[in-house]
Amino acid sequence: MEGHSTYQPKGKVARWFESRLPLVGLAHSSAVAYPTPKNLNYLWTFGAILTFMLVCQIVSGIVLAMHYTAYAPISFARVEHIMRDVNYGWLIRYIHANGASMFFIAVYIHIFRGLYYGSYKAPREVLWILGVVIYLLMMATAFMGYVLPWGQMSYWGATVITNLFSAIPVVGETIVQWLWGGYSVGDPTLNRFFSLHYLLPFMIAGVVGLHIWALHHVGQNNPEGVDVKSVAKDTVPFTPYATIKDMFAMVVFLMFFAWFIFYIPNYLGHSDNYIPANPLATPAHIVPEWYFLPFYAILRSVPDKLGGVLAMFGAIAVLAFLPWLDTSKVRSARYRPMFKQFFWIFLVVAVGLGYLGSKPAEGGYVIASRIFTVYYFVHFLIILPVLGLIERPRPMPASIADAVLARGAKGATASGAKA
Amino acid sequence: MINRSSLFGALAAAVVAFTPALAAEGGDRPHRESWSFAGPFGTYDQAQLQRGFKVFREVCASCHSANFLYFRNLAQPGGPGFSEAQAKVVAGEYQVTDGPNDQGEMYQRPGRLSDHWPAPFPNEQAARVANGGAYPPDFSVLAKARSYYVGFPGFITDAFIQYQEHGVDYIHALLLGYVEPPAGVTVQPGLHYNTYFPGHQIAMPKPISDGQVEYTDGTPQTVDQYSRDVTAFMMWLAEPHLDTRKRMGFQVFIFLIVLSGLLYFTKKKVWKDVAH
Repeated sequence: MEGHSTYQPKGKVARWFESRLPLVGLAHSSAVAYPTPKNLNYLWTFGAILTFMLVCQIVSGIVLAMHYTAYAPISFARVEHIMRDVNYGWLIRYIHANGASMFFIAVYIHIFRGLYYGSYKAPREVLWILGVVIYLLMMATAFMGYVLPWGQMSYWGATVITNLFSAIPVVGETIVQWLWGGYSVGDPTLNRFFSLHYLLPFMIAGVVGLHIWALHHVGQNNPEGVDVKSVAKDTVPFTPYATIKDMFAMVVFLMFFAWFIFYIPNYLGHSDNYIPANPLATPAHIVPEWYFLPFYAILRSVPDKLGGVLAMFGAIAVLAFLPWLDTSKVRSARYRPMFKQFFWIFLVVAVGLGYLGSKPAEGGYVIASRIFTVYYFVHFLIILPVLGLIERPRPMPASIADAVLARGAKGATASGAKA
Repeated sequence: MINRSSLFGALAAAVVAFTPALAAEGGDRPHRESWSFAGPFGTYDQAQLQRGFKVFREVCASCHSANFLYFRNLAQPGGPGFSEAQAKVVAGEYQVTDGPNDQGEMYQRPGRLSDHWPAPFPNEQAARVANGGAYPPDFSVLAKARSYYVGFPGFITDAFIQYQEHGVDYIHALLLGYVEPPAGVTVQPGLHYNTYFPGHQIAMPKPISDGQVEYTDGTPQTVDQYSRDVTAFMMWLAEPHLDTRKRMGFQVFIFLIVLSGLLYFTKKKVWKDVAH
């Protein structure tokens, strides 16, 4: 979808510059002229929202880093210094802490939109895999960020997660000590996590660049899941059509975000993280942040430690193989009646795993976690490959324009009947 | 064709069947009190913070530290509303260690606004020795460091009703929770029975009784009132900028609502002639 730029530099200087580095032309072709399917719904605004969230996290994080100190005996107090004494420090920290959760809410909506409309299918496999890479980097960044306030959950969360690597045969213990910089989580761990927490967001930004590049090369998927046949009939230019829609959606999302920042800033956190880290007192229940809970449930559902770790990482890794596990040629769930059912079941299972991850690993919760974990993998490894072979898709529209026209005609008859 | 609703039903039934009733984990559930600082327009009640400060100073502070509290905080906006002169007087009533002076010696001097609240014990070990082995937690962020279990679906509705007062409700209940242990329960030596404390056995003895702290404004001198006041004070201590935060939140919402309205109609106009 490149090469649609209609940018013609007007002034002499602009022409001189453009012939040497076509930067303005690139911006124009990516953000102005870029043809975007005219039938996109509001689920397609989450890409822009996620870009905004990344910038928001980087900017607020840079300001926090100016006032924070990574040194185990004082890090807890430094965060409170930000909350109390830095001008609007409480605002910046609540933006950053809740921003992480908003980032994950947006990314989960973005991922499930991709699952529902088959956005991972050819020719978008690389685009999808880059997305999985971004998701992994986000998880690593968020995990290390949660360690920095050096509260009880920071410390014990770091202990539990880094200990997972000890399950690796032979070299496990060595790897864990290397991660810790010692024989337990301590000041060296805090310092390297701070360093990496500052580095990884810029790596995310880099992969986001590739993600957008790949997107603009193959073009956006759309709710009908059919390819763009005619740029003139099926698409509209990105600006002003997508830009204004993204801006409206972003402001609505900001209202949701602001509700958390200003009214319930500690809702998504754990009260134990306001207790300074204490290596001698283990909290009653060590729970990760909410966005890790489904994977935490999968980890704990396997009785064997190495098995649990493999299952947990496998649950993320399986996403990267999704373009080849789903054997159906039809993208959108709109035209896949059976897949649609299984999509909603999978969504319930994923949310259910999240709920189970927040519960103590005992009794019925463990049994439920095991059933849900098995289903999680069955969905990807059995249901999706088989569905593509046995499902009879519904007839698809010839083009986006046809689908839009058909819907418009239906709407017209409906309103006509009403009148 | 698979019926979606029946599948959902089966799944929901599976979830319910495998979810055992949680054994009462720890203590009883505290009652939700009405706080002046709750909700979107909540603000601290200055008189209440001043009373709470009095309770803290005369009762709690003899065992509990508040290391992040500075004397200057007592006069900052959104707090108990003492004047700078009053805060200076309070600071001057405490001796703090400063130095070294040019003789290389540490010395005692009256407190200043820039000093933090003096801790009752020089270190954790001293605190433990004086308290039968228990370490009285620092008060600075304690109101945010305590909570109680809400569970499903209460935790979801809490997000909509902006319930953030888990800590203060728990601490208020805890101070009223000292009762005779039920028959058959043996309280270990040095511990005290409390209905709201997780496990019911707490090292802190009943800290306050009716009439112990004198209120000059006619407020009832009951344990319930003391507990309410000191807990409100602890909330301010843990979240000193709450007033500003909620006020700014309202302004931000007005702005975002207007902006989203303008953007919505602009979007409508832009897309008017495009079938989509």
